[in-house]
Formats: sequence, C-alpha cells, structure tokens
Amino acid sequence: MPNDIALSMRNISKSFPGVRALHNVDFTLYKGEIHALMGENGAGKSTLIKVLTGVHPKDSGQITIDGSTKEVNIKSPQDAQNSGISTVYQEITLCPNLTVAENMYIGRGNYQFVHWKKMREQTTELLEKLSIPARATQQLATCSLAVQQMVAIARAVDMDCKVLILDEPTSSLDEREVEKLFSLMRELKSRGVGIIFITHFLEQVYEVCDRITVLRNGELVGAYDVKDLPRVQLISKMMGKELDDISHMHNTGTQAARANSVPVFEAIGLSSTAATKAFDFKIDQGEVNGFTGLLGSGRSECVRAIFGADKATGGKVFVNGKPAKIAKPKDAMKLGIGYLPEDRKQDGIVDDLSVRENIILALQVLRGFFRPFSRAEAEKFTDEYIKLLGIKTASTDTPIRSLSGGNQQKAILARWLLTKPQYLILDEPTRGIDVGTKVEIQKLVLKLAEEGVSVTFISSEIEEMLRTCSRLIVMRDREIIGELTQNDMTQAKIMRTIAGEAAQNG
Amino acid sequence: MANWLKKLMRSQLVIPLFALLLLIIFNLIRDVGFFSLNITTNNDGNTVLSGNIISILNSASELAVLSIGMTLVTASSKGQDISVGAVAAIAGSVFVRVLKEHTINWPIILLGFICACLAAILCGAFNGTLVSVFKIQPMIATLILLTAGRPIAYWINGGATPTVESPLLSKIGSFIPGIPIPTPIIIVVVFAILVSLVLRFTNLGLYTQAVGINEKSARLNGINAIGMKMLSFMMLGICVAIAGCIGVSRMGLINHETLLLDIEMDAILAVAIGGNALSGGKFSIAGSVIGAYIIQALTITLYAMKVPSTAVKAYKAIVIIAIVVLGSPVVQSYLLKLRGRLFQKSNKEAGAQAYGD
Repeated sequence: MPNDIALSMRNISKSFPGVRALHNVDFTLYKGEIHALMGENGAGKSTLIKVLTGVHPKDSGQITIDGSTKEVNIKSPQDAQNSGISTVYQEITLCPNLTVAENMYIGRGNYQFVHWKKMREQTTELLEKLSIPARATQQLATCSLAVQQMVAIARAVDMDCKVLILDEPTSSLDEREVEKLFSLMRELKSRGVGIIFITHFLEQVYEVCDRITVLRNGELVGAYDVKDLPRVQLISKMMGKELDDISHMHNTGTQAARANSVPVFEAIGLSSTAATKAFDFKIDQGEVNGFTGLLGSGRSECVRAIFGADKATGGKVFVNGKPAKIAKPKDAMKLGIGYLPEDRKQDGIVDDLSVRENIILALQVLRGFFRPFSRAEAEKFTDEYIKLLGIKTASTDTPIRSLSGGNQQKAILARWLLTKPQYLILDEPTRGIDVGTKVEIQKLVLKLAEEGVSVTFISSEIEEMLRTCSRLIVMRDREIIGELTQNDMTQAKIMRTIAGEAAQNG
Repeated sequence: MANWLKKLMRSQLVIPLFALLLLIIFNLIRDVGFFSLNITTNNDGNTVLSGNIISILNSASELAVLSIGMTLVTASSKGQDISVGAVAAIAGSVFVRVLKEHTINWPIILLGFICACLAAILCGAFNGTLVSVFKIQPMIATLILLTAGRPIAYWINGGATPTVESPLLSKIGSFIPGIPIPTPIIIVVVFAILVSLVLRFTNLGLYTQAVGINEKSARLNGINAIGMKMLSFMMLGICVAIAGCIGVSRMGLINHETLLLDIEMDAILAVAIGGNALSGGKFSIAGSVIGAYIIQALTITLYAMKVPSTAVKAYKAIVIIAIVVLGSPVVQSYLLKLRGRLFQKSNKEAGAQAYGD
C-alpha cells in the first residue's frame, strides 16, 4: 500500500570522523501510526533523526515522503519543516515569556504584519480541536510542562506536518501528564499523522506504539509490530544478545565481599532532587557492585545522590557505620568518596586547564584553599599517574581538551585515584573510548578492589558489569527493582528483571 | 628560536606586549625625547622625577588596580562589573566622610581607608549575590549600582562636594618627601605584589579558572562555585576602594559626579586588551595590567600629538579596535596557519601537540 507510507528512508549511511554512525539503515513510517525508534545509547537513533531533519547531511541513501517516489533533499531543519517533517525535542524550544498564540505563530508566514485577532482565533480553534487545556492569550510559562509540550506539538501539527518526531517528550512529565500527551498522540494518529516516538521508557512504548524499529551499533536490527515483540525480546534485540547465547556467559571475575560486617557506605531511604524513588544501598570494603538498567532508568541519579551531586531530599547515610551528612560533593570527598561522572565533557574535565591542573584538582581541593601544591609536587603526582595509567599527552602543561576521549577519561580517573578514596563511584567510565582502554579500566577496577577499595561501577555494556561486579542492582523507571548476586548474574536474568512482570506475559 | 621566546609567542601576553612595543616605537620615532626623564623640584620643594613615562604610570594607577579585580570577576563569572566607577564614588565618599569628622592623622586615614574598603566590599557582595546566587547576568546585576552608586555617594556627602585639606593626603595623592616617584605608582606596585603573593600561596587562580571554565565540574570536585564568584566580586571591591581613595587623595576633594567617571569601560577594555577572554576562564592579571598601561599610554600620546581632548576617545577607539581584532580567535587562528606555512620545518612539533580525537 504505497499510498499509506508517510516516510521512507532507504540505505541511509552516515559516518563521522572515525565512527560509522549509521550503516545502510532502512526506516518506514506509515500514515496514522505511532512508531517507536528504539536502541541503546549510541545505537544511532539520534543520528538517524538528525539526518532526517537536516541537521547532519547523509553520506548516502534516499528519503521519500508521502508515498511518492521522488527523493527529497533535506539540507537544513528549515527544509525538513517545509517538507512536512516536524520535531518536538525533549527540551521545550518555545519562548516561555510569550503567549500560547504567539508561540504558535512566531517565525511563520507574513513577517511584516501580525493579525493579532486572527492569530488568537485560529489558535483557540486549534487548541480546542486537539483538546489542549490552554488559552491562546495565556503566557506559556504559566502552563504545565505537559501543556507546553502539547503546544509545541500543536505548533508542529499546524504547520501541516506529515511526520512528527517526538524526541523523549515524556522524560520530564509525571504520569498524569504523560497520559494527556498520549491521548493527544492518539488524536493525531487518527488524523493520519505519522509519529516517530523516541523514549527510554519501555512501558510507554507498549502503551502507545504500533510498531518498533530497533537499531544497534548504527545498523538496523529490524522493524516489528508491537504485538509480535515481547519485552524480553525487545531488550535482547537492543542489547544484541540472543537469549539462547546467554547461558554460557557467566560472570568470570567475581569478587567475594570481604568479611567485614560494617559496610563502607550505607544509605537508607536516600532520595534526591533528581526525582528517583527513595532507595537503600550499601557497599562493603573491597566490593565491586553496579547499577544496571536501561539508559534513563535512574542509575546515574542514584550515584549522584550518594555523592551529593544532587541535593539529598531525605534518607540517612552511614560511612564505616557512623552517621554522616553529605550535602555537597566536598562532604563526600572528605569521607573518602570519589565520583567519576557520566558526562565527561560536561561534568568531568575542565577543558581549558592543563592535564596537570585537571589531575590534581580534587586532591588540591581536599588539601585546602590556602595550601596549594608547589609546581614540583604537582608535577610529581601528575607524572606518577601519567605513567601508571599510560596517559598519552604531549606534556603535563597541555590543555586537557586536546587529548583524546580515552586519555581524558584516564586523567579524570587519575584525579580520583590521587585522592586515595576508600569508595570510588565510576559512572560510565568506559563510554566512548577504545577497546584497549576499556579493558585497562576494568582491570584497574579489579585491582583496586583487591587493594580494599570499594567500587560502584555503571556501564551500558552488560558484559563489563558481569566481568567486574559481584553484585548488580537492577533499575527501571527510576526505581530499584531487584538485586542479583553470584549465580543469578546472567544477561538473561538481567533482561528478565528489567522487563519485569512483562516477562510472564511475553 | 630560543625556548623562552617560543613560550612567549604562545602566551596570551604576545598581543598586549606587541601593542605596547609598537606604541613606544611610534612615540620614539615621533619624538626621540618622548620618554626622557627629568629631575625637577615641585611646589612642595620635593625633588621628583617627571616626564611622560611617569605621567603614564601615575595616571594609570586607578585603572591598573581596577583591571586586576575586573580580571578576577571576568574569569569567575563570565561577565563584567560595570558599577566600579560608581562604587568608587561611594568608597571615596566614605573615605572623605571619615576624614571630615576627625582631625586628620595617619591612623584616621587608615580608618577611612578601611571604612571605604568595607563599603566597597559590601557593594561587591551585593553584586556577587545577585550574580552567583540569583544567577543574574553580571552586566545587568551591576547595572543597579552603576545607576544608584553616585546618588548614594551624593547622600553620603550630604549633597555637597566636600574638600579635605591635608598635607598627609597629598602624600598619598602625589609624592612622599624624599621619594621621587609618585605615591600611586608605589601603591600599584605594592598591591600587584600582594595579589601575586595571594595567587602564589592560595588556590585562588586554580579555583577561579575552574569555576569560570566549567562550573558543574568545579562543583563536583568540591569547589564552592557560588563562594568563588562572591569572593571575586568582593576582591574587586577592595580594588575599587583603593582606586577611589587614590582618586580622592589626588584632588583633595570628592566629586561624586566625576570621580573615576566611565572608568568601568576602560577597566573592561584593559582586561580584553590583556588577551583575557571576556567569556571567562583562564586569565592573566599581568596582561590586564599591561592593558591598563596601554590605554593610558595611548591617551597621553594623543594629548602629546595635540589631539583635542574631545576627539581623544574617537582616536583611542580606532587603536583599540585594531588590538582587539588582532587578538580575536578568527585572526589568531589565521595567524597560526600563516606561521605554520612559514615554518613548515618546525611543523613536526606542532603536530605532536595534536592528540585530538
């Protein structure tokens, strides 16, 4: 039924220097369907969307719209919009200080004159048609986030869009708001709009979507009807592991927890401003444990709460059995906790400063404002860790931003090792770095554990977690849903736990 | 090239030093005797040095002190404090007010200076709070005191422009008997040494730069980002108080309308000419101080060339545009490419730097 096709992408390839982001990916969207685009972090979802919306030019492949055979050439987001492809991003990109009507019409049509009355009337009509609970003259900032999101969608729809891309629209909404958004999506679906829905929440995919396309490592895994793809299978397709393969993938580097009755760190009912459910957590001396779950499941938020990176809103914390208070990162540092953040560029490196300054930063802060290290001391520390971790840098004076990702990560690791922590949190320490360095970092984690350092390890790559951790805490939708130890630690178990009740239905 | 020369070529001080050098050469060609020093006896009977160099160094004192504080604020808050002139008027008025109500002796002058410092630090804390706690853009936050500062000074002065006659004060404003160099120059030197000692013996530099470059990362490493921004504004407050008191001592009176008028723009300019990014991060205080002296040298040169004083600013603008454009990233990267083509043999080491991914 070629007439039902809203969008067709064929053999799309896209490479960035050194990375093949997309390789011969096909994607078909029918009119009046909600189509989930799924894949783990780095699978190529966002690259595909960026190619479609003209942010990145494609290297090869064809895009056709509306069932026609004529190829469309999308060079810029403006082109995409003119071709009827609209995107609503996770972050709302409207102007909160303008009214709803102004936001609907800003940057469209006749630029010389504004017909205020007509604009208001048309807006009101559209809001009613889509049953969005907002008034045309209301200032956007006074609407709830969900309504703002809906206004953004209404604006996109009003611009005669055939393809609507929703990129993580639900991540900042609560349950009721999500429900409202879904009814709007269903309404649009019944009007024949093709919707591409990107989300990390599995439940939502099964609630609202008709079909699923799964990408992995820049390649198409397949497109499936939702009813044909139970949750466990979806997860296994996203991770790239068939369920049958998993039986022999047993954990090889299990670390038995030391016979120390007092945990190095223990939290009871800890919650933070980052909106995870309150959780209990503990780690023994020399133990390596990990938070696992899909991206966005709240694993980073948990460790941020432990380190005080997000303000704690409740709960008790004990360090070596003694009650402690962690209100800010420095408190945690003083208690011997180190934290390598997930986002190296945003939270880790101080890019204009030298490798030396970046490495000594945490220890320097611990030592105090009035006691700077001499140049010689700093050089000594830096040289030691450059050698220990094999950091490739022209000199200790080189700005850290000119190092490769792996070497930057090693420098940040050096920063925390230098503080001689008793408990080290590593959030995605191996993301975006080459295989050799990944293995080095895993070995280092095991070595640290032997020396008695407790480590919490987070990685999107399950194999890494299985190799390094002796206990896995499984998360889904910002909640801890299970804990796996020893023989339970298999990919199959992890997937089943993440999929939860669904495993029984599927 | 010698190693130190190579290092210098890469440092941000190249442009300001080069500009200063050009200015000196230009003046020497124009008038060989431009930089000659004379020994004269002034009205008070002191033997003193005079000449264009002395008047450049002397009259740039306030600007040099302010540029030090402005550099710190720029580095930490990624913005500038435009209220320094107005706050200097407040500090100067407090200084005069204290002197007026006592018989003037050295302890009272010290007391007056401390009170001026407290007033200026308070203003700095006000600006700092708006910027760091309430996350208001620095230029908007400091606009408040830019507008309100001089009226507050007027109120402190009781609506007049009081004069303070004292031989002690003129020792601060002009010369100490027996020392042939104007006192403001000595104050700047002492203050600059103090600041470099603070930078050497504390982590002020590292913390300020870390906060200015990546506030999130700085916080995750235990640095109190809000505190560092506050601190930089309060340190600028001390600079403002020093500048205000020098200004008052020079004239022996406080005119809240004209004291250090428009100096905020020159101070920001000094920071920019010094090769510091106005968007914060890494900084060089030496660069800013050189920038301050460049601005003053330019002014004096233009006066020496008999440019009418009303036109001086326009001429200054032309030169400053040239310096700032020369230091801009676009021109800098072009110059780097040019240098690469000229020294193709030494390219190997440039390649060694590029470990990029």
